Amino acid sequence: MAQTNWLRELGRFVTVLLVQGLLLNHVRLFGYINPYFYLYFVLLYPLTGNRTILIALSFFLGLGIDMFSDTGGVHAAAAVFAAWIRPLLLKFSFGVSYQYNTIKVPSAPLQQQFIYVVSMVILHHFLLFSLEAFSGRHWALILTNTLASGIFTTGLIIGAFHLFSTSNK
Amino acid sequence: MQQIIDFFIRNKNFLLFALLFIIALQRTKSAHNYHQTRYLGSTHIVGGSFFQWKASITDYFDLAYQNEVLARENKNLRTQLLNSKDTTTTVLVPSTDTLNFDHIRVQTAKVINNNFHKTKNQLTLNRGRLSGMEIDMGVVSPQGVVGIVTHVSDHYALVQSILNTQSKIVAKFQKSQHFGTLTWDGFDPTALQLLEIPKIAPIAVGDTLVTDGKSTIFPEGLPIGVVVGLVQEPSNDYYNITVAPFTDMTSVKQVYAVWRRDANEILTLEQQGENGTN
Repeated sequence: MAQTNWLRELGRFVTVLLVQGLLLNHVRLFGYINPYFYLYFVLLYPLTGNRTILIALSFFLGLGIDMFSDTGGVHAAAAVFAAWIRPLLLKFSFGVSYQYNTIKVPSAPLQQQFIYVVSMVILHHFLLFSLEAFSGRHWALILTNTLASGIFTTGLIIGAFHLFSTSNK
Repeated sequence: MQQIIDFFIRNKNFLLFALLFIIALQRTKSAHNYHQTRYLGSTHIVGGSFFQWKASITDYFDLAYQNEVLARENKNLRTQLLNSKDTTTTVLVPSTDTLNFDHIRVQTAKVINNNFHKTKNQLTLNRGRLSGMEIDMGVVSPQGVVGIVTHVSDHYALVQSILNTQSKIVAKFQKSQHFGTLTWDGFDPTALQLLEIPKIAPIAVGDTLVTDGKSTIFPEGLPIGVVVGLVQEPSNDYYNITVAPFTDMTSVKQVYAVWRRDANEILTLEQQGENGTN
């Protein structure tokens, strides 16, 4: 994967934005649990792709979600953070095989894949809910939201990896 | 010089991240602190068209439910029409009024943006000044009261929801005519607080609350909600009353803006009266 397929990345960008904004924002399982599936884009961005572009794209993705859910810049902040921290998490979860570019996230061993997704989701959700609670809600709410939504998001993303990876290879 | 440029190139990812992160934080902060001004921005043509476009897609998801709500309202209105001699069943048409001119104007509108899990919730409607919307119009859904118009632009209007900690609506009991102020404490979207009802009032759980014609915003007798909790505070002479609104604020779509044509006349008269007594 030397060349980044920009058409595919752009397609994924738009798909994830619309799926999140129009569909998943209205899920509200048990009243408050919402999956934030758009992280899928950040997670699956080519490992050899340009980092600067990923950071910029993630910002606009988050901003788009913010427009849909009317939340100021909460998602933009969390998404841009996720994009920036990604190489660190990749190194942490995949180790050597990441550094030699011999890995593909959707077909990686489940255990490593799981660590990668979970660490990203937890960091992103924690930042997201902390910023959202800015206006004086409780820290317990932040933690329960992070955990509950995090499980939901992780499930969806790993499911999507296995659902779409074979056709994308 | 070379070193400075090198520094920027080496750290361009971090610098970009920091810049974008700060921009995002700024947006978050202004969203939390300056609700009013920001929302004035979102009734603007750009934000408004975006929500309009979004609504035109998401509207299809709960069409069945919205149809049912409207059908139920039609049923109620038809029942009233067919039993028009019975004045006790009036809900939407204030037929007991002695005014002999057509003094209440009704405008249909669609909710294109709605929130209900914040503390200062607002709704955006797809009607604005050009459709005759004005500040201080009352907004009702097929089931009951929704809120009050606080800002209008040419094509859109902003409504302060009853789920807003700044909302204050005069409500009275349908049976006993005792009236108080309806507020919201910011926690449960299905529980409003009714203040200033004295303990001598003969009320009970299950009583219906309607709008009171004393304020010029809502015509008299529009349904608001039902009493679900009643606590007597030992420390003072008032009830602590919890009210469940009739309108499901989490799914409201089709609304009506109501406006009393005589509102200006009443306000002017009251203003004159106040000036006269001073």
